[in-house]
Amino acid sequence: MKKKKQVQKIDFKSEKEFPLMPMSVGSMLFNKTGAWRNIKPVIDLENCIQCGICWKFCPDVAIIIEDEWPVIDYDYCKGCGLCAEECPSKCIAMVEEEK
Amino acid sequence: MGNHALSYGAMLGRSQVIAAYPITPQTQVVELLSEMCADKTLDATFIKVESEHSAMAACLGASLTGARTFTATSSQGLTLMHELLHWASGGRLPVVMGNINRAMAPGWSIWSDQNDSLSQRDTGWIQFYCANNQEVLDTVIQAFKVSEKLLIPSMVILDAFTLSHTYEVVDIPEQEKVDEFLPPFKPEITLTPDDPHAFGGLTSPEHYFELRYKLQKDMEKVEALIEKTGREYEKIFGRYLGIVEEHLCEDADLIFITSGTMGSTAKVAVDELRKEGIKVGNLRIKVFRPFPFEIVRNIVKRAKKVAVVDRNISYGHHGMFFQEVKSAVFGQTNGIPIFGFITGLGGRDITPSTFREIAQYAQEKEKPEENIVWIGVKK
Repeated sequence: MKKKKQVQKIDFKSEKEFPLMPMSVGSMLFNKTGAWRNIKPVIDLENCIQCGICWKFCPDVAIIIEDEWPVIDYDYCKGCGLCAEECPSKCIAMVEEEK
Repeated sequence: MGNHALSYGAMLGRSQVIAAYPITPQTQVVELLSEMCADKTLDATFIKVESEHSAMAACLGASLTGARTFTATSSQGLTLMHELLHWASGGRLPVVMGNINRAMAPGWSIWSDQNDSLSQRDTGWIQFYCANNQEVLDTVIQAFKVSEKLLIPSMVILDAFTLSHTYEVVDIPEQEKVDEFLPPFKPEITLTPDDPHAFGGLTSPEHYFELRYKLQKDMEKVEALIEKTGREYEKIFGRYLGIVEEHLCEDADLIFITSGTMGSTAKVAVDELRKEGIKVGNLRIKVFRPFPFEIVRNIVKRAKKVAVVDRNISYGHHGMFFQEVKSAVFGQTNGIPIFGFITGLGGRDITPSTFREIAQYAQEKEKPEENIVWIGVKK
């Protein structure tokens, strides 16, 4: 697999420094949609079978596989619960967010 | 026929991807193009789709990969595309599209008026209105060049039946000469797996405003570019497109302002009226977006009266060309009376006698007494 592309937020003083098309402006770097979440998924790795289904299903690409284990990126997870629903070993729990 | 003139324009322009859905009165445009793709007269991918919305979506994807892209539609099909018309201009994708002016339903109509394309006027597309088949073909080829230079999509518009299905002799330029005029489309930014980007993604208030500013700034360059491109085309092919067509406006007391095929009808009427000693002229507007404010203002200034003839209506207001002409001259013409006429909706014929009636009305009245003078309504 190719190396992940590094994205940068485009900061600009003049429109001339800005692309013509709305293209890779890097807005997702600062627009952290994880703040929308009310409930969050928590993975019990004891029961995880490393099937990768949560990683495949996550509509926000907020589950990353690190050293073959799923890790949730809470900066972008909106708490939809799809991963918990799809997990065949039922090792993802949706828990209330605390302030 | 006008429809085939569109097809030949798209072919000579070496369109690479064509995605379209057939609709009366546009059908022959894509019929011929699909045949050309099938028998390899044209080396292009023809994508069959299930709706006009998908047709434009396919064009956008193709254009983003750097392919020269063409489609054609009409009326209900065009308005179904509406959302994606914004995507094309906002994404700066120079798609060229033929649109056959057909009245909007209900009542269900296949006949001509301009409400379909004019209700797309704020979508950021360049709009060309044609009066004959030669102009249709020439405009398509030039539209590719203009659009690709500024990355703004173009609509080439012709009246249903009076142009789309009318046979005329058309000079079809040689491919080599068209190639000389129109080099391959090579955008700087393209969609490619080698350099992935998110196109048209979430754009916060911090970034969005400048995109629109830049689109407008480039739109302001279109008029000069059409002139320049037109001269290049003229040098090779001997025909100049231009922004407007003037017919005996120089010394006219009354100037008709027209668009599309009624512009040719108006010329016939002007010649007849001139023989009777009535000094009229005709100004046919070929480019509606961007609107040629300065050109129109300078021509209108010479007249004593102006009659704008609209084959369309903005409900609750009046004719759309009338709006634009008034705004072009506002505060700058010492109150020359400008009359707004609406006629020919839903394909009712516009004939030289329509223009006689208009001229008579404008001559009798000192100034307009109403915003819409209806010609031909059975009251």
